[in-house]
Amino acid sequence: MASFGSFALLVALVLAGYNLLAGVLALRLRVIGPVDSLLPEQLGETARRAGVAVFVPVTAAAVALLWAAFTNDFSITYIMEHTNRELPGPYKFAALWSGQEGSLLLWAWLLATYGFVLRLTHKVDVRLYAYASTILAGIQTFFLAVLCFAAPPFALYTGIIPADGNGLNPLLQYPEMVIHPPMLYLGYVGFSVPFSFALGALIMRYPGEKWIRVTRIWTMVTWLFLTCGIFLGMHWAYAVLGWGGYWGWDPVENASFMPWLTGTAFLHSVMMQEKKGMMKSWNVWLIFSTFLLTLLGTLLTRAGLVSSVHAFAQSSIGTWFVVFMIIVLAVCIAAYVINRDHLKSEHQLTSAVSRESSFLFNNLVLLTSCFVILWGTLFPILSEWVEGSKVTVGAPFYNRVAIPIGLFLLFLTGVGPILPWRGTSYQSIRRNFVLPVVALWMTAIACLVAGVRPWKDGSFSPGNFYALVAFALVAAVTTAILTEFLRGAGVISQQTGRNLFGSLWLLTRRNTRRYGGYLVHIGVVIVVVGLAGSAFNRSEEKEMGLNDKMTFGPYILEEIGATQDSNRNYNSEYALLNVYRNGVKRFQMAPEKRVYVVNGQPQTMVAIHSVPAWDLYVVYEGVNPENGQPIIKAFLNPLVGWIWVGVAVMALGTIVALVPNLIPAREPGATGGEF
Amino acid sequence: MNRWIKTVQALTLAIAVYFSVGATGAGARFENLGHRLMCTCGCAELLGECNHVGCPESTRQRNELAAAIAAGKSDSEILVWFSDKYGRSVQASPRTQGFELIAWIAPFAVFAAGLLGTILLVRRWMHPVEGLSGGVPVPLTKASERGHEI
Repeated sequence: MASFGSFALLVALVLAGYNLLAGVLALRLRVIGPVDSLLPEQLGETARRAGVAVFVPVTAAAVALLWAAFTNDFSITYIMEHTNRELPGPYKFAALWSGQEGSLLLWAWLLATYGFVLRLTHKVDVRLYAYASTILAGIQTFFLAVLCFAAPPFALYTGIIPADGNGLNPLLQYPEMVIHPPMLYLGYVGFSVPFSFALGALIMRYPGEKWIRVTRIWTMVTWLFLTCGIFLGMHWAYAVLGWGGYWGWDPVENASFMPWLTGTAFLHSVMMQEKKGMMKSWNVWLIFSTFLLTLLGTLLTRAGLVSSVHAFAQSSIGTWFVVFMIIVLAVCIAAYVINRDHLKSEHQLTSAVSRESSFLFNNLVLLTSCFVILWGTLFPILSEWVEGSKVTVGAPFYNRVAIPIGLFLLFLTGVGPILPWRGTSYQSIRRNFVLPVVALWMTAIACLVAGVRPWKDGSFSPGNFYALVAFALVAAVTTAILTEFLRGAGVISQQTGRNLFGSLWLLTRRNTRRYGGYLVHIGVVIVVVGLAGSAFNRSEEKEMGLNDKMTFGPYILEEIGATQDSNRNYNSEYALLNVYRNGVKRFQMAPEKRVYVVNGQPQTMVAIHSVPAWDLYVVYEGVNPENGQPIIKAFLNPLVGWIWVGVAVMALGTIVALVPNLIPAREPGATGGEF
Repeated sequence: MNRWIKTVQALTLAIAVYFSVGATGAGARFENLGHRLMCTCGCAELLGECNHVGCPESTRQRNELAAAIAAGKSDSEILVWFSDKYGRSVQASPRTQGFELIAWIAPFAVFAAGLLGTILLVRRWMHPVEGLSGGVPVPLTKASERGHEI
C-alpha cells in the first residue's frame, strides 16, 4: 500500500507539473504566436485534461492512507505514529489530518477536488478558466512536491515494526475533530481558487468585471467553510480542553482568523468594484493577501515558528513554505506592476456619508484587526531578535487593542446597511438612525439597571465595560437591520397584499444577496452577544464526597456517586451529579476523565448543560490522592450558546446570498447593500 | 456652553474618583495582577483564569502572588519577581517601556494612519481632479437616496 500511495503521488506530481508547464506555454503562445494557430488551443486542452486527471491519483493516495489506517499497516511510519488497533473507525478516518503529512495530503486532495470542479466548468469563460487552472496547477505542484520530497505520508518505518501504533492524540478523539479540520482546510484551500481567478484576470488584463462575479461566488463558499471551521474549532476547544473558554488567542487560532478578516473585507469591497468600478487594485491585493495569509497560517501551524498549543504537527518544512510564499509574492508584485494601468478605477464619491465610504471604513477596521493579530502573533519572534528574550503577547494585549476595534466594526455592521449608495440627506439620516439610537440608550440603561456595570469590586472592569457597550451596540444594530427588513416587507405587503412573513420571504427572494448579507450581520450580532457574556463567567471548585452538595448560581449540584468504566481504547472515571433548581431535580450530569490505554494520556470529557441564558459546564478533575474525594469544578458561562446559534444564522445568511434572485436584480449602480 | 463644560468636567472627575476607590485593595490587586501574568504550565492561560484540569503550576503561583501582595510589595516589584523566577514570558503582555512599547503603539499608529488615509481618500474622491475621473455629481433622487430596489 505504501508503494501504491507513493507512486500515486508521483503520478499526480507529473500531471500537475504538466498542467502547469503546458498551460503556461499555451497561454504564452496564444499571446505571441500566430492568431490562426491551433497549437495553443490543443496544448491548453491537454493541460486542462491533465489538471482534471490529477484528482484521480491524489484521491487514490488519500484512499491508500486511509486503507493503511483501517488495516493497521504499521509499516508506514505515519500510521504507526497516529493510529492504533483499538482506535474507533471515525478517528482512523480523522488520522488523515492528525499529523503533518496526512494534513498536507488532505490539502492536496481538496485542492485537486476544487481544481477538478473548476476545470470541468471551464466553458463559463474558457480563457479566464485556463489562466486560473494554470495558476491552480502551480499551487498543486508545490503541495505535491512537498508531499513527495519533504513530508512523505507513506514513508516506511525503519526497524522492527511494532505490534501496535502510538494512537491518536486524545485531544483529537472527539466527534468535532472529524469535521473541524476538513472544514477549516476547505476554507484555507478554497482561497486558492479566488486567488487564481484574480491573478489570472490581472495577467490576461480581463476586460470587464465578470471575473469578479465568478470570484465572489467562490469566495463566499470558501468564506462559509472557513467560518464554520473556525467556530467548530472554538466549540471543540470549549468542549474538550476543559478550561471553560473557547478562544485563547493562540497563534494558530490567530492564523485561521487573519484570512477570514481579509476575506470578509474583500466580500465587502468587491461590491464597490461591481457597482462603481472602484477599488480594483485594492480588491486584487485583498485576495492576494488572503491567499498569502492562508500560506502563513499553514507555515505557523507546521513549522513551529511560534509556540502554540496546536503542537500536533510541527516539523521543518517551513523553508519550503517560506520559499513558496516569496515566489507567490514576487509573481503577484510583478503581475501588478506590469498590468497596474489595467486596474485604473473611476473613483468618485458624491457624499462622505454614503454606503461607499462605510465600506472604506469597514475595510480599514477589518484590515487593522488583521494587522493587530498578525503583529501580536509575530511580535514574540521580533522581540527575540531584538532583545534576545521572547515576550508573551497574550489575551490582555488583544483585549485592550482588538476589542475596541471590534466594537467599532460592530457599529459599522449596523450603520453600513442603512446608508444608501451615493449619499444621503439629513432627513434620511434622522429617519434611519432614530430607532437604533433609542434602542442603544434604552439597552444601555436596562443593562445598568440589571447589573451589567462597568465596574467590579469597586474598580473599573474593562471586560464589563466592553460587555455593556457591546450589548448596547447589539441592540442598535439589530434594530437597524430589522427596520430595513420590515420597511421593505411593508412596501411588498402594500403592493401584493401578502402577510408579513410572506412579504419578508418574497423580499429576501427578490434580492438574496442583500438580505442574505443582512442575515449574516444578524448572525454576527448574535455571536457578539455570546462573546460579551464571557465577561461574567464564574467558576467554583469543590471536593465532593457522596451526597455532598455545591450551591452554584441558581443550581445545587449533588454528588450521587463516582464510578469507573473501561473499553479497549480507554479507561474512564466519572462522577454522577444530580442538578437541582428551585428545589426540584432537573437533570443529571456525568463529567468524565479518560486515560487512553495505548499511550497513558489523560483526557477530560466535560459535561455541559446549555440553556439560552448560560451553560452549566462541569469538569471532573479526578480524586484527591490524600482522601480519595472526587474534585468537581463547575463553571457558569453566560450566553455561550448564542455563539453557536449566531454561527448557524451566519451560515444560513451566506447560503441565502448564494441563491439566485427570484427576479433578476437591476443593473449594478442602483441597488442597495449586498453581500 | 460653559455650564455644560463644567458639568462634563465634574462628571468625569466623579467617575474617575469612583473607579479609583477600592482599586488598591488586596482582592482587586490579586485580580489585576492575576490577569497580567501567565500560568507557566504551557496551557497558554492567564494565571487569574487558569482552571484547566490538574494544572501543576497555577495553585503554587497563585499562592506566591497572594504572599507577595500580603508582604506589601508593589505591583512592579511583584512583576519583576515573577519575571526573575519564571522568565520574561511569564508576563502576559509586552511592557509599556523600551522596545516593547512598540507592540502597543504600532496597532494604534496603523489605525490612525489608515483612518487619516481613508479620510483623505474620501475627500479626494469627493473632489476629483478634472479630467482624471471626471463626472459631474448627480443630484440625489428620492429612490437613490433610500437605496431600495423594490
